[in-house]
Amino acid sequence: MTGRPNDANDAKDQGPHITVEDLTIAYGDFVIMRDLSFTVRHGDVFVIMGASGSGKSTLLRNMIGLNEPTKGDVTYDGESFTHADEATRQKILQRFGVMYQGGALFSSMTLAENVGLPLGEYTTLSDAEIREVAAMKLALVGLKGFEDFFPSEISGGMWKRAGIARAMALDPDILFFDEPSAGLDPISARQLDELMLELRAILGTTIVVVTHELPSIFAIATNSVFLDIETKTIIARGSPKEMLESKDTDPKVRRFLTRGEDEGKAEDAHG
Amino acid sequence: MTEAARKRGDMTASRAGDGTLVVRLSGAWTLATGLPPLADVERELAASPPPQRIAFDLGEIGEWDSGLMSFVTRVGDLAAGRKIPVDQNTLPEGLRRLLALASRVPGQKDVRHVEPQASWVGRVGVVTLAAWADLFEMLEFIGEITLAFGRLVRGHARFRARDFWLLVQQAGADALPIVTLISFLVGTIFAFVGAVQLERFGATIYVADLVGIAVVREMGAVMTAIVMAGRTGAAYAAQLGTMKVTQEIDALTTMGFSPLDFLVLPRLLALCLMMPLLCLYADALGVLGGSLIGIGMLKLPPITYFNQTFNAVSLTDLGGGVLKASVYGVLVAVSGCLRGLQSGSSSSAVGDAATSAVVTGIVAIIVACGIFSVSFYILGI
Repeated sequence: MTGRPNDANDAKDQGPHITVEDLTIAYGDFVIMRDLSFTVRHGDVFVIMGASGSGKSTLLRNMIGLNEPTKGDVTYDGESFTHADEATRQKILQRFGVMYQGGALFSSMTLAENVGLPLGEYTTLSDAEIREVAAMKLALVGLKGFEDFFPSEISGGMWKRAGIARAMALDPDILFFDEPSAGLDPISARQLDELMLELRAILGTTIVVVTHELPSIFAIATNSVFLDIETKTIIARGSPKEMLESKDTDPKVRRFLTRGEDEGKAEDAHG
Repeated sequence: MTEAARKRGDMTASRAGDGTLVVRLSGAWTLATGLPPLADVERELAASPPPQRIAFDLGEIGEWDSGLMSFVTRVGDLAAGRKIPVDQNTLPEGLRRLLALASRVPGQKDVRHVEPQASWVGRVGVVTLAAWADLFEMLEFIGEITLAFGRLVRGHARFRARDFWLLVQQAGADALPIVTLISFLVGTIFAFVGAVQLERFGATIYVADLVGIAVVREMGAVMTAIVMAGRTGAAYAAQLGTMKVTQEIDALTTMGFSPLDFLVLPRLLALCLMMPLLCLYADALGVLGGSLIGIGMLKLPPITYFNQTFNAVSLTDLGGGVLKASVYGVLVAVSGCLRGLQSGSSSSAVGDAATSAVVTGIVAIIVACGIFSVSFYILGI
């Protein structure tokens, strides 16, 4: 399974992988986010950050097609996803995998069955082969030997790992992570970050992460956008480390990136 | 600790010479012992002339916790309403810091959660609009299910065979005990009520007709359907609602599976297939329940009772009952799945979904029952 995504990656290196164009998200008249535009390059670890309630997860839901934006478009390799017909949509859906906040494993299936579900649907593999591939994916996330466990029998950190294994089932070239470190102890959270980086290094997968965990943000992000609650749009973009170093960074972003501990210093610097 | 300090807190409010209202607190001021009323302070504040300032004397106070803080805050609020300053210097250090912490972020008036007070007419309007929207959602859902069914017939629908057989077992064999109990008792009750009346005319043999026709034509199907609405319909709503909370339905969608095909179709099929079988079973148990009274209480010979039943009940009656059961099965499954998929994302929303599934299911069953009765009458069945 290695190789393929890398090759694909090299071939498409020129264009952006995901483009969000002028996206406006609203429930009725109530606007949640407006005029969001950004691009995710091939091989990026792209972090969508912002305070709780700033609409990070809502943006993710719009990018992966769970909600319809009021306006704008999301494209994958130049192909529109938001306005795609059913066949194109299905095709694009198979190109990305999503790890949900709680893992979202199907509780009536074992881990191997969870991972094998998309394989059974979209490939012509035999049951035995599906099981082998599923076991291999589980081994990749450190869950070797847990194939026949039910989700209720494993811990929270393992849920997330199994969620990643399932998201990777079809060797997608994009992985979405919704708050991956939420509810994990610091060590498990760091291990999950490392796992993400390793997967990216080996498979060349583009990774999009929604999070507000600062250690993760600084450890993994190559590019990012910052969503602001008040203006309801993106107020900073780029690598979080550079954001922190740059003098032009919006004070709100600086406050966020320093947990608000830097307030006095920031004012001195800009005052 | 002294005896005084352990007893329930006490308070006196008195004026000092310079117009200061001194609030003296003694005893234990804890949430556990309870707090004295504020009436004294209120009276003093309202008295004329009003006090210049308020001070606390905590010389004889015993134990205290956030109960004391709540009291001081209330006095502070009362005083603030009359623009009388409160001297906090005599309060213990810990309490002063707590009060400072509580007042660090000023209360925001515009964030208070206010339920709009609609008039009676307004509320009726809101409820009507909600019911109207719900009706549309229901029709939309039925339309989507029809499309999903079309995909199934053409072999495009996708769900796991193992899930389906498990659902068949849950909606079929696992329901047998409760269906046994209910239909047997319903047969018995029918026979008993009928027997008391028919005995007066010496026509006890017709108990067999009464029970047979009632159970096979109507009650077998209806009672099974209501049991299944409470048992399986609620379970479907709870399952799908929980899957929504845990984002399993989102996960299915982003994996390219239609939740309708994957979750709703197998449930619908399972109930639609099992209901006729359960209905036949309920019919048999109902007749058996009736025979308990007919044979045991009315002393009818068993062969006579069963012969009478078989002569009274036609194959059309039986077929009609089974057809109804199948339709009720669809109604129960549709209301269960609809409410489950409509569920919000909290534990109480899942509970509401289960409740709503049972209510919707039973209403649908009764409405369908009425429609069946009228159409069977018109068709002369």
